[in-house]
Amino acid sequence: MPSGKTSAKPSVMRPVRDIAIVAFGQTDHLRSTDELSEVEMLMPVLHQVLAATGLKTSDIGFTCSGSSDYLAGRAFSFTMALDGVGAWPPISESHVEMDGAWALYEAWTKLLTGEADTALVYSYGKSSPGSVRDVLTRQLDPYYVAPLWPDSVALAALQAQALIDAGDTDEPALAGVASRSRQDASANSHAQLRGSVPQGDYVVRPLRTGDCPPIGDGAAAVILAAGDRARELCERPAWIRGIDHRVEAHSLGVRDLTDSPSSRLAAERAGAFERPVDTAELHAPFTSQEVVLRKALKLGDDVSVNPSGGALAANPMMAAGLIRLGEAAARIHRGESDRALAHATSGPCLQQNLVAVLEGEPS
Amino acid sequence: MGKEPVAVVGIGQTKHVAARRDVSIAGLVREAAQAALNDAELTWADIDAVVIGKAPDFFEGVMMPELYLADALGAVGKPMLRVHTAGSVGGSTALVASNLVAGRVHGTVLTLAFEKQSESNAMWGLSLPIPFQQPLLAGAGGFFAPHVRAYMRRTGAPDTVGSLVAYKDRRNALKNPYAHLHEQDITLEKVQASPMLWDPIRYSETCPSSDGACAMILTDRTGAARSPRPPAWMHGGAMRSEPTLFAGKDFVSPQAGKDCAADVYRQAGVTDPRREIDAVEMYVPFSWYEPMWLENLGFAEEGEGWKLTESGVTELDGDLPVNMSGGVLSTNPIGASGMIRFAEAALQVRGQAGEHQIDGARRALGHAYGGGSQFFSMWLVGAEPPTT
Repeated sequence: MPSGKTSAKPSVMRPVRDIAIVAFGQTDHLRSTDELSEVEMLMPVLHQVLAATGLKTSDIGFTCSGSSDYLAGRAFSFTMALDGVGAWPPISESHVEMDGAWALYEAWTKLLTGEADTALVYSYGKSSPGSVRDVLTRQLDPYYVAPLWPDSVALAALQAQALIDAGDTDEPALAGVASRSRQDASANSHAQLRGSVPQGDYVVRPLRTGDCPPIGDGAAAVILAAGDRARELCERPAWIRGIDHRVEAHSLGVRDLTDSPSSRLAAERAGAFERPVDTAELHAPFTSQEVVLRKALKLGDDVSVNPSGGALAANPMMAAGLIRLGEAAARIHRGESDRALAHATSGPCLQQNLVAVLEGEPS
Repeated sequence: MGKEPVAVVGIGQTKHVAARRDVSIAGLVREAAQAALNDAELTWADIDAVVIGKAPDFFEGVMMPELYLADALGAVGKPMLRVHTAGSVGGSTALVASNLVAGRVHGTVLTLAFEKQSESNAMWGLSLPIPFQQPLLAGAGGFFAPHVRAYMRRTGAPDTVGSLVAYKDRRNALKNPYAHLHEQDITLEKVQASPMLWDPIRYSETCPSSDGACAMILTDRTGAARSPRPPAWMHGGAMRSEPTLFAGKDFVSPQAGKDCAADVYRQAGVTDPRREIDAVEMYVPFSWYEPMWLENLGFAEEGEGWKLTESGVTELDGDLPVNMSGGVLSTNPIGASGMIRFAEAALQVRGQAGEHQIDGARRALGHAYGGGSQFFSMWLVGAEPPTT
């Protein structure tokens, strides 16, 4: 990682307050939801997490959401979702134009200040109305790159080819990642692609259909709570021991696409390397990105990676990262994990990455 | 353990103009950020995290532009958050950044907001039709004009009040080198003779479309101790939201605005804002919003806001100056407009506001709102560190 103070070995950031994920809900992720508005898609999920904790909207100290106007196809699209939340009487509320994982991060910082003890975080995205490959080209440098319309699969293919050229993986290994993810997703009733899915034809070499995420619509919600409030609301809270996120240069030409230094740095700051994790939920929409992340995050074969099926089984834009945090927390809630790593990504070829470490107390 | 106190030690903004054709979006934000670093006498390496805000991505036609702007803002290897809360975003962005310091996540944070409206067409960006949903009315003026009319009916304010605000703000802008509109020959008669756009809102009572960026450096106690110039200290900050439309919503004086102000005053220990606050930068995109927000923010009793304006209280030499910088009416890079309000409040208490400095300003309020008068963000800054 170039430049300045950040090149020094980062210290682990110790949060000044204990904060946990106490509830998680998600929709069934579907290829198309023509019959539902975004608010209609979101509402059941909000009610699900509120019901799980017994909280009402008026009990929530802070609310934060993540979404993208470009997916919705209109400016200020999040205002509609807010109407659905029931912001009356007025609520303390904010929004990031990012994946909901970063909305969770904003809510976590708000709870750290002590101004709130509970937070509702939600995010949603409908990719079905447009061509998400085309839409994502609008994320690129608007003067030099976006006018060429390189799409998200083509960019991921560059990364995959760089990995193969470096000897880090090969096509059969990538097919193995796809197959394992979708087998694991068999146990996830919300997943869009489950069970034995053929690897398919090349989309952009070396990536085949099976190496790419499904395009789909979905929403997710999480409730955070601090200290004793978390213990009241959840039998086994998933404590956020650390959470950090880092961004890399935008241009693909100045990055080593076979590595993810921002993920590693975020993991270090979050304390991920202090003790082994048993579970990792990685936001790796392409099989090749799991290879990059496993290496950067130093995940051994003994770690259960993406037991939910991950983004290869369901990748609702803007919610898929929050779902990784939620899935990891839910495993802790259920007693299936004691220490889990959750990861979210944004931008082309893993440009921006967030890592959280979640723990359950010994039961 | 209480919150870490938050200090503003660097402020930078671009000269706001209709079109900055000499710089890219990256060049524009870099200019404001570098100016803020210069003010704080810090380098890029001193910054721990970047929090960036702007209004809809459709205004420039770039989806999630923070990704492309990471390099220009020295964010590579650092955390970068992108906030979007409609017109209030500039204020919300500063508040999100302040939480990183107050929650002891980071020591020194760069926060920045921008809009480069000349890259696209804001009217188009706001007018993409969606089936089965209420289309936005023709521009923001079409949405807000009926609420101004409701205010006039409710309070009996004479129809001259709006032009007084515009005349004042445009004259104040002449003292602010960064302001977009510098109408040297402005007169009250010219404002009153300007064309009616959305009755009762005249052309000269509306905000321009600007290119511009504003940046601030926020830091903790340790960082403030190293500041070469007096810091502005944050005494309170809050956001409140309510739905766009519902039966019972008071568009003239939304509850979310009242609650937001009350929360800020509670944090700052302010019980009589009219007496205890020395200067106010409020978000006034259409002139009539000055008297409306004077009431909403608790500076005047309900129905009395226009009297403060009419009697000159809100003039630069009045006892409650409002929009010393010239306000949104003179400068409106939409996504940055809220942060400019916050930054101007900080400039005032630092004594760094130049020709539009209010003598002895010790406490100032920065205010922003967005959506259909539904999102509010505010902060109160002071020349002294907070005591609690």
